Amino acid sequence: MVYTQFVQLGRVVFIAKGKYAGKIATIVNVVDGNRVMIDGPTSGVPRSVRNMKDIQLTKFVTKARVGQRTGPLKKALEADKINEKWAETTWAKKLAAKAKRQTLNDFDRYKLMRAKQARNKIVRAEFNKLRKAANKAKAK
Amino acid sequence: MVHYKRVVSRSFDLAPGILRFSAARFRTQKGKKAAAPAKAKGAKDGKKAPKKVNQKWPTLQASAAKFKRGSPKRVPLRKSLVPGTILIVLAGRHKGKRVIFLKQLQKSGLLLCTGPHSLNSFPLRRIAQAFVIATSTRVDVSGVKIPDHINDDYFKRKNVVAKKGEDIFASGKTEYKVNDQRKTDQKAVDASILAAIKKHSDAKQLQGYLASRFGIRKGQLPHQIKF
Repeated sequence: MVYTQFVQLGRVVFIAKGKYAGKIATIVNVVDGNRVMIDGPTSGVPRSVRNMKDIQLTKFVTKARVGQRTGPLKKALEADKINEKWAETTWAKKLAAKAKRQTLNDFDRYKLMRAKQARNKIVRAEFNKLRKAANKAKAK
Repeated sequence: MVHYKRVVSRSFDLAPGILRFSAARFRTQKGKKAAAPAKAKGAKDGKKAPKKVNQKWPTLQASAAKFKRGSPKRVPLRKSLVPGTILIVLAGRHKGKRVIFLKQLQKSGLLLCTGPHSLNSFPLRRIAQAFVIATSTRVDVSGVKIPDHINDDYFKRKNVVAKKGEDIFASGKTEYKVNDQRKTDQKAVDASILAAIKKHSDAKQLQGYLASRFGIRKGQLPHQIKF
């Protein structure tokens, strides 16, 4: 198994636990095997040392030197458009969907259920068409 | 010399210091006549006692307010319960159904609801607010007219008493039958309710919503769900 994501300077991380959970930040220094210093000027996360257990690595890396200060880091993140890229990932979309689902009321949930049923009906019909065609081709 | 009126009490000691009837019980039984403590001055022959302060127990005497049997208070409703709110019924044979709250009944404080009957066979019915979840969905029922005769007495159960001498076992059960009055009332109310539903911005979906039942699945925690 080859690792592609490392704990490294400039690695964009997702905060999974504790304060600022659900936001992204960037590693600016490695304190020891368990802890790193992170900073998230574009996502509202103040500079702090966090345990690696509270953090998950993303696929994004930006340019950062050892102990990079907040100002230059912000410029680097904006140049790389990390916030926009993050919002486009499936990971972020799923989180957004989950948050959205929490805000639905009973009637909205009913409407969602009906919409899903309608969609599945269309998908099923198309799928059955394809399957029928495939079976016919096989029979010949 | 002041004469005290002698009061012969029906109360007696159950145990040392414990009377058979409490003071409050006595007052309710006597009604208006009561009030003044037993040793009130000058209370004779049902005449009004002159307002004199009892020297020995001034606080007892001073203003023995007449005991009033309270009138029934209006039952306070949860804030989320406003006429037109769609409710989820939690108990009884209709549990899980989504129904419309019409108004609170004066006497009992119960909620008057309807399905409407044509959508989910929930008739005009009373239900207590404890057995209901209020959703945030509302229908504008300001145009809905509810006949005045639909009150608590309307819903009172009419017991069929067996005649004397008849064998109570022989007669069997008397089955409940919906009378014509209820049927016409149901129709009248439902017609205006359905019109109100049609005015809703999402009318078609709302009809299906009212016709469906509520339930929770694995991982759905009622206290975390937004209604």
